[in-house]
Amino acid sequence: MKKLTIPEEEYMLPGHTACLGCGATIAMRYVLKALGKNTILSIPACCWAVIPGVYPHRNLEVPLLYTAFEVTGAAISGIREALDALGKEDVNVVGFAGDGGTADIGLQALSAAAERGHNVFYIMYDNEAYMNTGIQRSGSTPMGAWTTTTPGGKKRMYKWEPKKSVAEIMVAHHIPYVATATIAYPEDMISKLKRAKEIKGPKFFQILSPCPTGWRHSPDKTVEVSRLAVQTNIFPLYEVINGKYKISIKPKNPKPVKEYLRLQGRFRHLTEEEIAMIQKNVDENWKALLKKERCSQEEE
Amino acid sequence: MSINLPKDPTPIAKVPSTENKTGGWRTFRPVIHYEKCIRCYICWKFCPDAAIHFAPPEAHESPKEALAKFDTVEINYDFCKGCGICANECPVNAIELVLEENFRGDEE
Ligand code: SF4
Ligand code: SF4
Repeated sequence: MKKLTIPEEEYMLPGHTACLGCGATIAMRYVLKALGKNTILSIPACCWAVIPGVYPHRNLEVPLLYTAFEVTGAAISGIREALDALGKEDVNVVGFAGDGGTADIGLQALSAAAERGHNVFYIMYDNEAYMNTGIQRSGSTPMGAWTTTTPGGKKRMYKWEPKKSVAEIMVAHHIPYVATATIAYPEDMISKLKRAKEIKGPKFFQILSPCPTGWRHSPDKTVEVSRLAVQTNIFPLYEVINGKYKISIKPKNPKPVKEYLRLQGRFRHLTEEEIAMIQKNVDENWKALLKKERCSQEEE
Repeated sequence: MSINLPKDPTPIAKVPSTENKTGGWRTFRPVIHYEKCIRCYICWKFCPDAAIHFAPPEAHESPKEALAKFDTVEINYDFCKGCGICANECPVNAIELVLEENFRGDEE
């Protein structure tokens, strides 16, 4: 006998080649627990293209089609339409791509798939840089972060441009379901996925997935860092169903963002003034989100 | 020289990754102290390597009579990479990280 808060079925096998403490791996484990065996995945170039292992190895119990960096949106559109033509409408079609393949390289294919309205899931596992190729900055890298292409120093800067809000870009496509999630809250993530499963049309998830290798934190802190991202409001959890915002977790006393930053080596260089600037940015974004929730609920 | 391709040359990865014993990557071995374990399954929930599985209630001792009816957990050292997430998340600190060298005999 056991009391579990998430499904017991396991569709991700061990023996995979992810770094120890990989957050993206935990994300996949939960996504498959929520969606089940009747699922087809498509994965572009990203960490998850190498995690299953080298040919002839696989670590998922569901079919997986590898595709090129920029075309996850097109690949899942094609799989969906082919399945529908065969009358297999109960199969979940899932694009599973990193932040580079979503916020930057794959954005147009994703945008087109969303606009055409295919009945698909697109999951962006957000580890905030091109981790698989050696920690290069992406559009989703947060303010103030070190990466190998924003190395700091006297002449070259750390990344100071704000993180691109891909979830908001997807809300602007007027698709029926958009949500953010993170691995420290599996029950929240799984209930969102199950809710989305009942909705026909494009469904977009942005899942914050800490990366010990690129974020420069100890591998045992992956879940802790993910939890702090929510408790400090730097990565709020919310869903947008048919344009209506609903914040999933509202921390009663949000922790200072410094607690989140100080656990990670990629923010080690930040001065107190820079941390204050990031805090201001976090506070403004949180206020804007609260306002969106209020306004979209009032319209009813 | 000619290469003979099979009729359908699309490569399909069919071999389960469980062939690949990633336990050899480990620096720290997580050791469960069952006399503290409250069988909450939080370690199972967060393991990125799906290396923690359930075992029958009687497989290990339990700190309390009331808990003894619940399944217990075990770590599969063939695959555990020693990330330490389970030890960091365990609410009662029942998991200790021990350097792997303590489990090996001297090779000399
Ligand atoms: S140390 Fe990491 S890989 Fe090993 S059992 Fe714990 S969570 Fe899983
Ligand atoms: S997290 Fe700790 S108390 Fe809970 S099942 Fe694992 S070892 Fe036992």
